[in-house]
Amino acid sequence: MKRQSTHFAAAPLAALAGALLLTAPGAQAADIKIGVIAPLSGPIASQGVPTSRGIQAALKYRSEVGGRKVALIQLDDASDPSASARAARKLIDEEKVDVVIGTGGVPGSMAIAAICREAKVPLISYTPLVLSGDDSAWAVTTAQPAPLMINAVVEHMKKAGVKTIGYIGFSDSWGDLAYGSLQKSAEAAGMSVVTNERYARADSSVAGQVLKIVAAKPDAVIGGTAGTPGALPYIALAERGYKGAIYGTHGIINPDFVRVTGPSGQGLLAPTGPVMVAEQLPDSHPSKKVAADFRAAHQAVHNAVPGDAFSAYAFDSWLVATDAAARVAPKIEPGTPEYRAALRDAIFATKDLAVTHGVLTFKAGSPYGADSRSAVVVKLDKGQWVLQP
Amino acid sequence: MTWDVALILSIDGLASSAIYLLAGLGLVLIFSVTRVIFVPFGDIAAFSALTLAAFEAKKVPATIGLVGTLAALAVAAETISLIRQRAFARLPMAVAGWGVAPGIACALAWWAAGRDLSMPFAIGLTILLAMPMAPLVARLALKPIADASVLVLLIASLVLHFLLSGLGLLFFGPEGVRTQPLLGGSIAITDNFSVGLQVVLMVGAAAALSALFFLAFERTLAGKALRATAVNRVGARLVGIRPARTSLLAYGAASLLAGFVGVLISPVTTIYYDSGLLIGLKAFVAAIIGGLTSYPLTALGALAVGLVESFASFWSGALKDVIVFSLLIPVLILRSALSAHAEEEPEEIPS
Repeated sequence: MKRQSTHFAAAPLAALAGALLLTAPGAQAADIKIGVIAPLSGPIASQGVPTSRGIQAALKYRSEVGGRKVALIQLDDASDPSASARAARKLIDEEKVDVVIGTGGVPGSMAIAAICREAKVPLISYTPLVLSGDDSAWAVTTAQPAPLMINAVVEHMKKAGVKTIGYIGFSDSWGDLAYGSLQKSAEAAGMSVVTNERYARADSSVAGQVLKIVAAKPDAVIGGTAGTPGALPYIALAERGYKGAIYGTHGIINPDFVRVTGPSGQGLLAPTGPVMVAEQLPDSHPSKKVAADFRAAHQAVHNAVPGDAFSAYAFDSWLVATDAAARVAPKIEPGTPEYRAALRDAIFATKDLAVTHGVLTFKAGSPYGADSRSAVVVKLDKGQWVLQP
Repeated sequence: MTWDVALILSIDGLASSAIYLLAGLGLVLIFSVTRVIFVPFGDIAAFSALTLAAFEAKKVPATIGLVGTLAALAVAAETISLIRQRAFARLPMAVAGWGVAPGIACALAWWAAGRDLSMPFAIGLTILLAMPMAPLVARLALKPIADASVLVLLIASLVLHFLLSGLGLLFFGPEGVRTQPLLGGSIAITDNFSVGLQVVLMVGAAAALSALFFLAFERTLAGKALRATAVNRVGARLVGIRPARTSLLAYGAASLLAGFVGVLISPVTTIYYDSGLLIGLKAFVAAIIGGLTSYPLTALGALAVGLVESFASFWSGALKDVIVFSLLIPVLILRSALSAHAEEEPEEIPS
């Protein structure tokens, strides 16, 4: 665990200076402290690095709320859930942050959620959280729940007249989650899922599984996969000459997947957040403006256009935090338990907040705030994602 | 299951078998000469695939940095040990062998990176870069403990694997690559069944390389020295075969095989910095079937592993690896029932 830059290392000094200022008469309002935990190294660093970029863009985009400055303290958890937990403790006990944002990976986020709940500090995650009822009293997430995304795809299949669906996914919890969501949505839409084939992320061939799927002759095949390991079934299907429609989940929307899949991915349909196709959205879409703002801020800070979904999720968590902070009564001072409780209440009172991944409305009892406006279906055409009506 | 499906699965299995055969040969070669179960074999194969992909993308392969660093460390280690022995006359030779030779490969690759390379040239460079890896790694980590017990050597080579795959993440990043097929197109056999030329190439290359190895072992002096060391290390030393020399030869030959494995496998599957372990483990199953000594039995083992894997993926995709690794149990039972138990741990001569 290490501080990310000398800029952040100066934070305690700044806090000290702030404390000195407070003793002076007519002191400025105290800063709001946001603690960010991200996997900047380790196996899921490819997710954590864009996240951190998104947060830095967000800091540039909104660094002041209601006359108070927002201070950012960022820690690396090295993709290790136990390090995530230690980072959360450090942020809460030593830095006395008002809200925690983090982290990449569901296990790490779950570890932080438990600590935040115990310490009564609000958590805004950007990965799915498996929480409900009282357990989610202090935690929300900007990610869309998997069933919502899968449902968007099933809706698309229904319109296209698909009756039977072949499924191939990872032999892990992501594969299970995608299959479970698919079965529920498909049943409701009067379709049947005819295969449940699995493979491991590290496998080198899915010839056997794909043969079985092709033999079952489904109208469409959907892969419950993520990232570059998810390319394998689509390549194998193309090799076997499968002619039906191919679908995927939101886990495959990344430039490396497109590179590895190559021409085999032509025509692939997948759900994603609106930000990925921001410039193709109709002007009436609530995400259009904020997504453009996000791109501009990202461009200004990093001199690059964001090509991934993760930086946008992180940007959204910052928006949720600052939007809620603006609604906290100005007389409550940050850094106090009253402030943290008021901030939590404000987060759970978030209603129709336009973010880059759709619109968020949080209610007590569930960490998810996304609705069907947070999912669009895109089609891979010559290496580009094209928005589907 | 229809005949068509069985045929397709068999061909898929045969292609995997070719890969496991080459990797298995490398493992058996290194084990029989040096008693090391060389776990990093798969990592070197994965690095070779990643190198080829970098050449294809017109980028500078990170392997150059890796090989360069290893060569610098090896030269330092060799120099220190020679100075300690006061064998100054052997210094230039050591620097040339450990430093200049890998350096030339690196420089050549550096020059070629970013240019429009023809496929055979890129493959040649890739294999040239992969060649010094196993000898360098072995020189640094395994030579100082060459006379330790098999278990210590195994643990050291496991550690090496973790070290190399960590370096792989650092050098190559977490994303996978896939290279252009060496041979596109396919041969149609029946109406809905055809064999990809890439598969033919893989099987052919594996067969040709195995044949070359067989000839080298039977006909050349170096090959005979390797066999002699494998049969009896102490005896080989007594007739003037230097174990350091033969083990260097074994690592070099295995590294060459790993280079070929990487080049052959990267067009048919996505390779990551850590894909090597699984290839190595399945080749290890094949090598165990061969008792870690017999090359023909290892070839049979590779065939069995490839075919079982392919058919298992059809019957139960999720349990595929479980089925493959379960092959080990009957094989080990059979082997220990058939072989006379001679727990031989020959007395080592201090070097």
